Amino acid sequence: MARMSWAKLDDYREVASRGAVDVLLHIGERLRGRRIVHVSASRYAGAGVEVLNRLVPIMNDLGIETSWEVTIGGADFDTIARSVGKALDGTEQVITEGMLERLRAVLGDNARRLRLDADLVTVHDAGPLLLVESRGSSGRWVWRHHGDVSTAQTLLWSAIRPAVQRYDAAVFSLPRFAAPLSIPRFVIYPSIDPLSERNREMPRSEQSLVLERLHVARDKPILLQVGPFERDGDPLGVVNAYRLVKKHHDVRLVLAGPPPAAGDVLADVQEAAARDPDLVVVTLPPDPQTELNALERAATAVIHKPLETDFGIDVAAAMWKGKPVIGSAVGGIPFQIAQGLTGYVVETVEGAAFRIRYLLNNPELIGRMGAAGREQVRRHFLVTRHLASDLALLAHLTR
Amino acid sequence: MTSPEPFAFLGCLELRELLPWEAHDARELGTALEKVPAESVFCHMSAVLMHRSATTETYPNDFAVWAASEARDARLAERLAAIDPFQADSMEPVRDALVSTIGDHLQHLPAAPPGAHGQPFRFFQVHLVPVPTGHQARTLGEFRDALAEVDASALFFHVIDGRYRRGLGRGDFAEWVDTALGRPDVAERLARIDPGVGNLERIRERHLRVLSEALEQAR
Repeated sequence: MARMSWAKLDDYREVASRGAVDVLLHIGERLRGRRIVHVSASRYAGAGVEVLNRLVPIMNDLGIETSWEVTIGGADFDTIARSVGKALDGTEQVITEGMLERLRAVLGDNARRLRLDADLVTVHDAGPLLLVESRGSSGRWVWRHHGDVSTAQTLLWSAIRPAVQRYDAAVFSLPRFAAPLSIPRFVIYPSIDPLSERNREMPRSEQSLVLERLHVARDKPILLQVGPFERDGDPLGVVNAYRLVKKHHDVRLVLAGPPPAAGDVLADVQEAAARDPDLVVVTLPPDPQTELNALERAATAVIHKPLETDFGIDVAAAMWKGKPVIGSAVGGIPFQIAQGLTGYVVETVEGAAFRIRYLLNNPELIGRMGAAGREQVRRHFLVTRHLASDLALLAHLTR
Repeated sequence: MTSPEPFAFLGCLELRELLPWEAHDARELGTALEKVPAESVFCHMSAVLMHRSATTETYPNDFAVWAASEARDARLAERLAAIDPFQADSMEPVRDALVSTIGDHLQHLPAAPPGAHGQPFRFFQVHLVPVPTGHQARTLGEFRDALAEVDASALFFHVIDGRYRRGLGRGDFAEWVDTALGRPDVAERLARIDPGVGNLERIRERHLRVLSEALEQAR
């Protein structure tokens, strides 16, 4: 039984840093029998969902009984929860006392329905946040917020802060995302799963098939940006950087992102692409894990230049594939890129163009930076490190 | 003759806790440094080794990195980078050195220190959770072989945390090699390895070199 359960974590021996899996197995033994419950508003959408899909089974394999509960409510509850989430992330929203009361009532019902008896209850993000008002006396409760509450809408934060302080601790993805609180605040970086469809090894022949389907030719160096066709993703800034590079190097720019809700930026990008055969716009299908894997592996360098972002873990996904990344100095991007070693953090379109040209003029750097980036991700941004952080939190809070 | 007590390698998991202190310029950094717990000084001066990649060539502690990248004060960054957290066996002398260096730097500034261009310095403390690695050693050869295999956090736990936070003299490795194996010569060489070589993998290499040489000489 134990052998079988360890086999899945064993799969990570090939990719995690030396000895890391052994440490996880041994801390798992020490914490065996403890119970964790994760609570989120959805099993399919949200920043923490992908990693929970991987962490929950591994935790169970380690003998730590881990479950994942999802809050339910009517359409009005979902709308209010979304508004609260946006307001916590700093987007101005209209949120009335009545809306918060509705949230409380629905979460009170959920508290009676859900199995929340555990040594550690981790509540993710805004939707289920007020669940803590119904907490019992046993177990420790942690609020895990994946976004940035440092600029939360003031009135809402004043109303919600007392509830947040009923948790035993809060966990943020970056120090700058945290708000002042009187409870302990921990920082745990997000992670990527190296064995997922998005990040698994992919033979070149399979990459070629996928690229063919996406109408992306591989006859010249590919610069890739993955991100939504929205102003915040700055695809037009990337097009301008590419045009500066294009004066000196025969390259292709691929902009890949989901179909936008409002198409204005996509229309602008498509207009630019219509006049340039080397500018390829790829509208990704739903759940485009295979496509992203192939595109990132085919790229010579990856650009990640949003004007605003959360942690931006896509940077780590590209670095894992051995690609230098040119990223903007926002969100968690500077925490992932080691300047000049795994890529470059830039502030402007011109800066991005300069760094891309520098890489193309010094091709030996591309491989060296790519290899360093993969090592950087191996140590700091793989799901095995994330698991270690979560286990450290469990051990620390339930000691 | 009884066989020596085996050395059990412990790795560690770390949990980083954000503290309520922040500094927006060098003056605030100096003031906060006088107040924060010694654990926080340890976190930013020594535990930084836990996060450094094998290729990192930047300044060796968080204060110097912040001074360079956020406060954009290269002189202060260089001076803070020169403070060696491994010269003393506790963090208080290190704290004193940081505070006096910042004070001296401010005294020689012609004007008020520039504010941080980017992010403020945020103080952390690190909680370490010791974990068995499953590796044990009874002889110098076993010790070397296990050291080559263990998670890098074991290097941090036994060499850095043992010596500079828990105050265990020469560190766990040197202590065991001396007392359990009766090899004070090797212990002395292990204790002399400078932990400020850049990252845990380089510290591992230095230890392996000393151990391999000792084993070679014994043949």
